[in-house]
Amino acid sequence: MSAHNRPLSPHLQVYKPQLTSVMSICHRATGIALAAGVLLLVWWVVAAAAGPEAFATAHGFLGSWFGMLILFGFTGALMYHLCNGIRHLFWDAGYGFELETAYKSGWMTLGAAAVLTVVAWIIVAAG
Amino acid sequence: MAEFTLPANSKVKIGDTYKAPDGAKRVKKFKIYRYDPDKGANPRLDTYEIDMDDCAPMVLDALIKIKNEIDTTLTFRRSCREGICGSCSMNIDGTNTLACLKPIEDVKGDVHIYPLPHMPVIKDLVPDLSVPYAQLASVEPWLQADTPPSPTEERRQSPEEREKLDGLWECVLCFCCTTSCPSYWWNGDRYLGPAVLLQAYRWIADSRDERTGDRLDALEDPFRLYRCHTIMNCTKTCPKGLNPAKAIAEIKKLMVLRQ
Repeated sequence: MSAHNRPLSPHLQVYKPQLTSVMSICHRATGIALAAGVLLLVWWVVAAAAGPEAFATAHGFLGSWFGMLILFGFTGALMYHLCNGIRHLFWDAGYGFELETAYKSGWMTLGAAAVLTVVAWIIVAAG
Repeated sequence: MAEFTLPANSKVKIGDTYKAPDGAKRVKKFKIYRYDPDKGANPRLDTYEIDMDDCAPMVLDALIKIKNEIDTTLTFRRSCREGICGSCSMNIDGTNTLACLKPIEDVKGDVHIYPLPHMPVIKDLVPDLSVPYAQLASVEPWLQADTPPSPTEERRQSPEEREKLDGLWECVLCFCCTTSCPSYWWNGDRYLGPAVLLQAYRWIADSRDERTGDRLDALEDPFRLYRCHTIMNCTKTCPKGLNPAKAIAEIKKLMVLRQ
């Protein structure tokens, strides 16, 4: 049988997700989400420039429970991407590659992102 | 480009079940990937029930027992059975490791065994490693120096210089790390992968080697080196406890430092 017909061994289907690999793909996913989220904010700003009616539509949507949910997700994605980005800067400088350190920094990133997201919304709610 | 599902000829079907002998008290199920190139059928997952009271402790012991006593057609690579030769690398219980170093009792529930991930399968647990081997050859993993060696003594190296090779020379080239890396899964034709990059760094870090510049030139490429996104599956899975992710980071650092 020719080598071209050889089956490909299972990969994603069988490989167990690791904290580091899941956080890596989440970093990319939140990056894409942030790009999309920025478009939403641009719409809000453009609407403000376009006039009171357009602003009312945009503001009405973002102020609805669904809009708030999207904004909350956007904040979470931003904080995660920010914290994990700092983790990546340490790696780029050559620090934090020991497995134990990489796991510790992973959990710290997740904790910090959660805290920053909640704090940001408490500040907004209080303001 | 990344393809997340298996091609039609690679989808794994349910296979045969080989029951444990009567009276077996501690039965463990081994679900093993089987592919027979002579049959032209899809790969399948066979189940072997093993009496743990009559089996030695490591996964490789169970595989050898199956081959000797239950199904002689089961095919896998093995040699030293002590983690030195790197032959019995495979995916056990969801991560890559050497079957000879993996205690069966570390696996909760059934023991799932697949070949190293995202590789062409020659037969059963034997993947085709020609691409990673060719990639290894491409980094010229041998000492290169223009200064001729002294006829009377070896090339000298201080203990500190020698220490820099610790954590690099121990690699047994089992390719557990390379085949655990999603970047290698999606770009394995152009990305060298963690095992080969660790080997490349082993010679870059060697004080006796005089071709560091050429070696870095060869790696200065968006794919060969920079497809590493610090996913860390390599370091997590290395059965020898080495750190390919750190070796790759050291190469990236040297690239910046020489600018």
